Amino acid sequence: MKLGLAIDLDTCVGCHACATACKQWNTSGTIGPLTDTNPYGKDPNGAWLNRIRTFEVDESPLSKTVNMPLSCMHCEDAACVTVCPTGASYKRDEDGIVLIDQDRCMGCNLCAWACPYGARELDPGSGTMKKCTLCVDRIYDEQLPEAERQPACVITCPTNSRVFGDFDDPESEVSKLQKQREGKPLMPELGYNPVNTYLPPREPIERPQGGKVLGKVKQIVNRIIHR
Amino acid sequence: MTKASALPQFEDHQNQTHKYTTCYMCACRCGIKVTLEDEKIRFIQGNPNHPVNKGVLCAKGNAGIMKQLSPAKLNKPLLRKPDSERGAAEFEEISWDRALDILTERLANIRATDPRRLAYFTGRDQMQALTGLWASQFGTYNWAAHGGFCSVNMAAAGLYTMGHAFWEFGDPDWDQTKYFMLWGVAEDHASNPIKIGLKKLKERGAKFVAVNPVRTGYQSIADEWLALKPGTDGLLALAMIHVLLRDGQIDDEFLIRYTNAPQLVVNTPGQVGDGLLWRDGDDATQVYDQLTESFAPAMSADIAPALMGEFETPDGVPVRTVFSILLDKYMDPQYSPAAVAKECGIDAATIERIALEMAHVAFQESITLGIEWTDWAGRKQTQFIGRPVSMHAMRGVSAHSNGFQTCRAIHLLQILLGTIDCPGGHLAKPPFPKHIVPPIKPAKVNAPNTPLESAPLGFPTCPEDLLIDEQGQPQRIDKAYSWDAPIAAHGLMHMVISNAVAGDPYPIDTLMLFMANMAWNSSMNTSETMDMLRAKDADGNYKIPFIVTCDAFNSETVAFSDLVLPDTTYLERYDTISMLDRPISEPDAACDAVRIPVVDANRDVLSWQEVMVEVAGRLKLPAFTNAQGQPKYENYKDFIINFERAPGIGFLAGWRGENGDQSLLGAPNPKQWEAYEENECFFKYELAPNQRYMRHANLDYLTLAKEAAWVGSTEQIVIELYSETLQKFRLAGQGLYDGPQPTEENQKQRLVRYFDPLPSYYSPLEQQSVSSEEYPFYAITQRPMFMYHSWDSQNAWLRQIMSQNYLYMHRQTALDMGINDFDWAWVESRSGKIRVQVKHMEGVNPNTVWTWNAIAKQGGAWGLSDDTNEAKQGFLMNHLISELLPSDKGGSRMTNSDPITGQAAWYDLQVKITPATAGEEGSWPQFAPLKSPPGYTPAPTKQGYASHTNVNLNRPWSDIFGRRSS
Ligand code: SF4
Ligand code: SF4
Ligand code: SF4
Ligand code: SF4
Repeated sequence: MKLGLAIDLDTCVGCHACATACKQWNTSGTIGPLTDTNPYGKDPNGAWLNRIRTFEVDESPLSKTVNMPLSCMHCEDAACVTVCPTGASYKRDEDGIVLIDQDRCMGCNLCAWACPYGARELDPGSGTMKKCTLCVDRIYDEQLPEAERQPACVITCPTNSRVFGDFDDPESEVSKLQKQREGKPLMPELGYNPVNTYLPPREPIERPQGGKVLGKVKQIVNRIIHR
Repeated sequence: MTKASALPQFEDHQNQTHKYTTCYMCACRCGIKVTLEDEKIRFIQGNPNHPVNKGVLCAKGNAGIMKQLSPAKLNKPLLRKPDSERGAAEFEEISWDRALDILTERLANIRATDPRRLAYFTGRDQMQALTGLWASQFGTYNWAAHGGFCSVNMAAAGLYTMGHAFWEFGDPDWDQTKYFMLWGVAEDHASNPIKIGLKKLKERGAKFVAVNPVRTGYQSIADEWLALKPGTDGLLALAMIHVLLRDGQIDDEFLIRYTNAPQLVVNTPGQVGDGLLWRDGDDATQVYDQLTESFAPAMSADIAPALMGEFETPDGVPVRTVFSILLDKYMDPQYSPAAVAKECGIDAATIERIALEMAHVAFQESITLGIEWTDWAGRKQTQFIGRPVSMHAMRGVSAHSNGFQTCRAIHLLQILLGTIDCPGGHLAKPPFPKHIVPPIKPAKVNAPNTPLESAPLGFPTCPEDLLIDEQGQPQRIDKAYSWDAPIAAHGLMHMVISNAVAGDPYPIDTLMLFMANMAWNSSMNTSETMDMLRAKDADGNYKIPFIVTCDAFNSETVAFSDLVLPDTTYLERYDTISMLDRPISEPDAACDAVRIPVVDANRDVLSWQEVMVEVAGRLKLPAFTNAQGQPKYENYKDFIINFERAPGIGFLAGWRGENGDQSLLGAPNPKQWEAYEENECFFKYELAPNQRYMRHANLDYLTLAKEAAWVGSTEQIVIELYSETLQKFRLAGQGLYDGPQPTEENQKQRLVRYFDPLPSYYSPLEQQSVSSEEYPFYAITQRPMFMYHSWDSQNAWLRQIMSQNYLYMHRQTALDMGINDFDWAWVESRSGKIRVQVKHMEGVNPNTVWTWNAIAKQGGAWGLSDDTNEAKQGFLMNHLISELLPSDKGGSRMTNSDPITGQAAWYDLQVKITPATAGEEGSWPQFAPLKSPPGYTPAPTKQGYASHTNVNLNRPWSDIFGRRSS
């Protein structure tokens, strides 16, 4: 299995629901707690596993605003894993999820430097590295209702712009979306082979104009229309 | 997923329980499922069965744990220390008994003397049916919620035009629409429902056009973005109307059958009665029937009314159809795309193209649903025809002083295309549509110890309905329903403090506020409002003698209160989301919902609805008192079960009747709360397929609606392109009305100019009175999605997303002025000055600047430290907005509001911008940090919440060795 996310940039409105759902689930999840410093003070900051970046492309008046959710891509060639000196960072054989064993991590930050996607954050409380677990503590949990065995960010996304599944299975929704919508990995040139895919914005379609022919207004006559 | 390998048990499910309730962080009111363990919240998720959110949640709903843990929660009733000053936040904690005694004594005295000396205003609340009932039983008409600065333009324009409206009273048909226009909606109003809807239409390849000076949020995924100049939406809509009329791209069948387009209007300029609908002896409006070639009552069936034409009545009165007037008006070259392009900032070809693209969808891509239904006249119809163009509009339209007419113009555009309550169009949500206009008149008489004869707020249809005295002076403290704001259907909350302090029209005794942050971001002119709350008369007494605030959190307004009543959080309360109130219905289902406590309040707090019911009993308000003169209801739950507005009609429509087996109406059910709890806290009554469309003229629907008391009759609801109500006010301004007329010149002019019976455009009032050369920028604010409606700066997670707002400027414009990214700058309006930090962006109209509102906070408020970014770098645009317009020649100053509805015009603002000099940094003005309330526990500097000890997933040894060796 090659588990990951397909993220739809055509419909993501940048609402941060997935980011807070992720924070909420995972602070009590396997990788939690996710610590915050100065939660009610100056420059509040904490560990998040998923953040939304909003940026603009092109110049006014043709500029576009793009909302880009960023979490771990569960790369196939993950340098974050190979650089880890303690063996805490690893990629699971069975499903490709990249995880950090919190008991082994010593917070050296090497993996965060190795990750070009900014997906790893050092927890100011535990001093260990945190990142997206692909909600490994939800997706296999048979005591959750079946429909809920999905990442927290996926079930909450109001625009359904996050789809979870197995990219090895050509029949999975993520594989189909990747194909139909020509999903792209982020910065493939770096050679990390990210599993997550981003579905690009759809091209606008030209629309036909006009339809009804009552005639130009000067020629409109009273039609017999029964009330 | 199947289990791929042995995993530890991460969650102790045996130790977890699930409870359903309703989110409160905004007016969407999504259904939530809360997982609890050891009395802690494990997870808050959307309820997949809930009609509003269908399982999803926004960022606020997902951060509910932090809302619950907010250090800003109030713990106990507070009384201002007698020797302290307002605003100093010097309080003593008192018991609820004492708090309620103080309140009851004060209110009893007011009620026995002059009940209107109680002004009761509520903010972002969701229980206006209860607070309105309470106020009317108390006997004060000085009550309203915050609609006067939020959405009254939208609600009133919709209700006076088509009997429903945007947002809470109607929705685009997300499932079938093929072309969608979004007008002036930042990232809010609504939240999840719009996001769910946008996804659906993008998946279907429907076109999404966004009209907004700023490209963020929803606009970011629009297929086409129109960066129009703020306040000109109405002109843009009228130009599209011009194109449709010019090319005959209109649904004449819809107009003839369902609107007043063919009705005859008296055409006698300069005479009493000009512009009113012509009626026969039986008071029936008339059309010209082409079958009989004679006049006929407009409501008759089986006639063929002429859409156009000028006629003469048997008495020799010249009349013409509404449509003829409309055609005359909008075919004028002033409405051509070329003529409006400059003013709107949108090029003519684009306006033309979009109008014609919509026409194509409406007329060439229509939908036919083969469903049998019965029309208003009892005739069987075999299908519903859909014109799948839909629209939604909110803040950017409503918060301008021309918002009412602009919203009417947008509705007219929809109506000409025939897209009202049809498949793919703009659908009403039960209990809407209502007859036009809803037959509730604002109460006029206040008398000691006497309830009002009707609700405090209603819908005037003529000058006789105004609340003015013989001299024409306003009677309400906010001057709603006066010549200044005749159709102020939601009141003018933004004027209450200013008027009360000025004693204009009279002084009050007590100002009671619920969830309204009037000392901060909910007031225009914040610094002066603070001064007003502190203002004293010559004897050293406060001009507003007593201020009562109810809130769950330590807002800036708490500091200015004499008595503070701590509310519960949303997870600790019983509550109803009632159809008598702001409904959560869907187009195809009537819905309501409840909240039940999912966690215990571990503080000495009471929910405001509990306080309302208790105080009503103590004051012996008739509806809350039994025949023995004792309180009728034990508590809020008991009130909700047993109160009936009319026999069988109560706050909750589900599980009524003694056995709980009746829907919509039925006797009180003692087990109603339990029934809601068992059913995930919401009730959904699905309409049959034949009741889902054309409900203004659908007998199958109207019969049900009458039974459920949603409407008073099954008569057809005729859509009013032409508003005779507005014309009556205009006649009063012209001195041609047979009834009350204003005496002051500026009042007359406002009626003549703005009360056009057909949708019209005028520049926003502030823009008419300040110089665009001196103040060249339009300044607006938006709400970020993760804070919308919630002031969640006390939320530890949400404020990490944003704790400082910037002034966003068009990059090139800013650079031309020498303002670089992150520079500080001064922003000045006709009434104030602030210092802000600038950020550049591309996606903004070049003459518009904007910021995120309600991010800035006073240090110390909301559980925040004194040096937070919200206080030191964040800023409120409110300081620049005056609640009054510049004085006219006579020196009198009118409210800075829509002249029709009194909606606060906080989007009309114009400013000038100058770079700050080196060293000028930080936002200005600054306010001294607030003292913490007694019993406040300082917030931790580091926190990591978890509801249980986390179960780590260890890397298997086999994996370590396996990998390393390979
Ligand atoms: S929840 Fe969905 S729409 Fe919102 S930011 Fe995340 S991916 Fe985008
Ligand atoms: S995104 Fe970063 S953390 Fe995740 S697998 Fe790739 S390199 Fe590692
Ligand atoms: S999959 Fe889970 S851990 Fe990863 S971003 Fe989504 S919610 Fe966060
Ligand atoms: S804040 Fe509003 S949109 Fe968000 S979950 Fe709550 S009710 Fe729904």
